Amino acid sequence: MRQFLDFEKPIAVLEGKIEELRHLSSEGDINIADEVSRLQSKITKELTQAYAQLKPWEKVQVARHPDRPKITTIIADLFTDFIPMAGDRNYREDHALISGLGRFRDKPVAIIGTEKGHTTEDRIKRNFGMVRPEGYRKARRLMELAGRFGLPVISLVDTAGAYPGRGAEERGQAEAIARSIQACLNLKTPLISAIIGEGGSGGAIALATGNRVIMFEHAVYSVISPEGCASILWRSADHAKDASEALKLTAKDMMALGVIDAIVSEPLGAAHRDPDTAIKNLGDAIANELAEVEGKSSQELIADRRAKYLKFGSDDI
Amino acid sequence: MNWLSRTVLPKIKALVSPEPAKETLWIKCGSCSQMIFHRECEDNWNTCNACGYHMPLSPAARAQLLFDANSIESISVITAEKDPLGFRDRKKYSDRLKEARSKTGDDDAISVAAGEINGNPAVIATFNFSFMGGSMGQTVGNGIVKAARQAIQRQAALIIVPSSGGARMQEGILSLMQLPRSIVAVEELREAGLPYIVLLAHPTTGGVTASFAMLGDLQIAEPGAIIGFAGRRVIEETVREKLPEDFQSAEYLKEHGMVDMVLPRRDQKRVIGSILDMLMSSQPAKAAE
Repeated sequence: MRQFLDFEKPIAVLEGKIEELRHLSSEGDINIADEVSRLQSKITKELTQAYAQLKPWEKVQVARHPDRPKITTIIADLFTDFIPMAGDRNYREDHALISGLGRFRDKPVAIIGTEKGHTTEDRIKRNFGMVRPEGYRKARRLMELAGRFGLPVISLVDTAGAYPGRGAEERGQAEAIARSIQACLNLKTPLISAIIGEGGSGGAIALATGNRVIMFEHAVYSVISPEGCASILWRSADHAKDASEALKLTAKDMMALGVIDAIVSEPLGAAHRDPDTAIKNLGDAIANELAEVEGKSSQELIADRRAKYLKFGSDDI
Repeated sequence: MNWLSRTVLPKIKALVSPEPAKETLWIKCGSCSQMIFHRECEDNWNTCNACGYHMPLSPAARAQLLFDANSIESISVITAEKDPLGFRDRKKYSDRLKEARSKTGDDDAISVAAGEINGNPAVIATFNFSFMGGSMGQTVGNGIVKAARQAIQRQAALIIVPSSGGARMQEGILSLMQLPRSIVAVEELREAGLPYIVLLAHPTTGGVTASFAMLGDLQIAEPGAIIGFAGRRVIEETVREKLPEDFQSAEYLKEHGMVDMVLPRRDQKRVIGSILDMLMSSQPAKAAE
């Protein structure tokens, strides 16, 4: 059963009609082909219109859509010979953070990603994609390994943010994020980061301090969730919609602010309607970005990254 | 804002203005409610003489506390683009900035100064929590980069004294980008072989802890300071359990291995001085003297 967002309601009605017709035709001999194709083209029109002018708050809903392609799906589709690696060698395995080795279009790479989970059970196991300190420490471990063996790192981010829990705090969530950013900055090989769904604050930048950063058309990237921002600045989470506009969190905004290098286009009706096309587009975009940094020395890659992040402020310090 | 308007004008104003109001003569301790005479409070670096509670300390007073007498030199920080997102909540960001500026007399939430501590060259960057909660936007990032580069230029130690609610929401994603940016700054310092000490003041949370503030060669915290990534309320709502009273306090962090020591103000200069004496004893710049 497909889940429809509020602004997709007209589409839900049309798809319901098609279902009804199909049901009818299976009972009798009514020829429904014409009517179905008429409805289909109406759906296409509605989708095109709706998705061409999504408001930031609607983008937030799309980015959080339960059917949005998950990182494990993306890894299965884009990488071959994937070999998962577990644990931070210190405390425990964090199932919210996936890491491992694999091949991307035949070339060996290291992969890091946050996984929100597919089913209820899986979501609980993955902590809804909210990483704990041990997850960031595992990511750091993988980046160090990748650096030593000359493997580019690809990070795929879809997280509401780092987990706000008692144990996470006691084990140094802040320090773990800071060290993970540091590991990204000091990585000797290329780091290509992709924001897939939600790019939630420190939990996202911990993995996305890349040489090249790309983002899906309907993904969002923000310093704080619109709800969190609203409850602090408007003193009520009811203003999340206002906050989502003020925060400038869409892919277009990120492009204009120089935070990302490319936008990955999504199929009609967003990635959750056609995950295969979305993932294929992502694969092509990653290949493009890897080509951009190919042949650069470790020193150049580190210097490029530093310059990239130093530019967010005044130049003439 | 320069030395003249920041330091001299208020002093002249104080001279010509009538007797200060009663409430400024006596300060109520925020913890034990003891009334403390203002002179006594200042002499104790804004700590309560009854219970030891550490009240906020201005960046200027912090410099006085840590630096050797007569060695302090203020370093200017470039102000970044005022309101890059055109942000507006219930108030315009540009108005909030104006208010914070007139309230504190500072341009933004960070002040940088150079000087000596026990004769060791040092640069100190201090956050001012009363400027928009000490939040970190592009100008604060400028301050950290400036402080690190000045430390390198002067072959000095870098000390950062954060006191911040985290990233400045009104600068959106650009404030998040200050996390990697500030880490680049401390990496440059590390490569120059200079010491980096973080002195965590109350409160230090969010994006500030998740970047430069947790990467010191030594991590020192002020007594009772609250230090953490997520806020207590958010955690309580997430985990639905009552957290310990002293959760995220400096003392709690020390027990969990997150800071080297909890140090009251009266000991800070002496201990930081000793640390720098030892760490900088083999510095080429110093050995050449």
